[in-house]
Amino acid sequence: MADVSPRTDTSTDADTEDKNLRNALSQGMIASDGSDKSRDQKTLRRLAQNREAARKSRLRKKAYVQQLESSRMKLTQLEQELQRARQQGIFISSSGDQAQSMGGNGALAFDVEYARWLEEHNRRVNELRGAVNSHAGDGELRIIVDGILAHYDDIFRIKGDAAKADVFHILSGMWKTPAERCFLWLGGFRSSELLKLLINQLEPLTEQQLMSINNLQQSSQQAEDALSQGMEALQQSLAETLAASLGPSTSTGNVANYMGQMAMAMGKLGTLEGFIRQADNLRQQTLQRMHSILTTRQSARALLAINDYFSRLRALSSLWLARPRE
Amino acid sequence: MDRIRELASKKAAVIFTKSSCCMCYSIKQLFYELGASPAVHELDKEARGREMELALRGLGCNPSVPAVFIGGVFVGSTTDVISLHVDGSLKQMLIDAKAIWF
Repeated sequence: MADVSPRTDTSTDADTEDKNLRNALSQGMIASDGSDKSRDQKTLRRLAQNREAARKSRLRKKAYVQQLESSRMKLTQLEQELQRARQQGIFISSSGDQAQSMGGNGALAFDVEYARWLEEHNRRVNELRGAVNSHAGDGELRIIVDGILAHYDDIFRIKGDAAKADVFHILSGMWKTPAERCFLWLGGFRSSELLKLLINQLEPLTEQQLMSINNLQQSSQQAEDALSQGMEALQQSLAETLAASLGPSTSTGNVANYMGQMAMAMGKLGTLEGFIRQADNLRQQTLQRMHSILTTRQSARALLAINDYFSRLRALSSLWLARPRE
Repeated sequence: MDRIRELASKKAAVIFTKSSCCMCYSIKQLFYELGASPAVHELDKEARGREMELALRGLGCNPSVPAVFIGGVFVGSTTDVISLHVDGSLKQMLIDAKAIWF
């Protein structure tokens, strides 16, 4: 009778038509004897036209769906290429509206903001380098150094917003170059490691300063360890929650159990953002404290050393990605 | 609130937590690392836990746990504790309260 193709919701059309005809017959709308033959014929013709229209509609819908599906594949391919290109350090700006909220585009929007921040940061550090090399006075140095530290506050705030929108993107470190990602800790650098490398760069330090810097290094390391252990506890807890939802999945009790466990797991994932926030807070506090221990000139040298270190990591990433293979 | 004050004054270092809170776990670990043995009270196991949580919020503790008291004095939650530790104040507070010796 009517073609019933499985991929389109056609099956009801023919049935409905038959049902309508049967209803019409039983309600005496159409006499079953010959006197209303013309009415029968009109009805039959109408039904045939309906069937034809429905068939055409189904074909159009099928074509549309196929078009959608091939577009979707193309989109996925493009996204993968974009990701690959970004990984290779190629900056790709979105052609869309960049003032758009983080909502749907959290990761990409953050990557763009971070790239902009980094560019500005490097500009400021170069300004500082120029000032140091030209033996600028403390006053001038202090202005530039304070500016750089305040600018660091900007990225911590931006990261905080981004973590609210997409905590896993921040945790992944995909917004950093590969070599930097090697050393990633809770979405950023380890303050304790940074201080270790600085201690040698900063001589001469007074006894008091040396003690304070060492204490700072120790404190930041203790805080890092504490946060790391909290993260491990979170992982453990999450694993236990998910494992608890395993087991024979047939009874309704188990379905409720499954949903309950999922709800708990969701709650736990929600605390990840807090850990990133605390890690960034630690970084921020450590930088401020370091600055308060050092003289202006020493702070300047520290910021230059930090920048040199990360520049090297980024350069290493570029070399690595461009290395000849095989 | 009285229950909070009562418990907070019983030991030099006191931490209010919840058993499921992993940030609380972090703060506890920090205190153990410093050599302190804080008294830990889990609000979800306390009879008046809900009341106590509200009281802590009233003190300005956000999130309500972990809530740290040293020498009976309210110190703060995670952010405050870590900030104080970075500038060296936390250790000094613990020494002053005789929770640790060095």
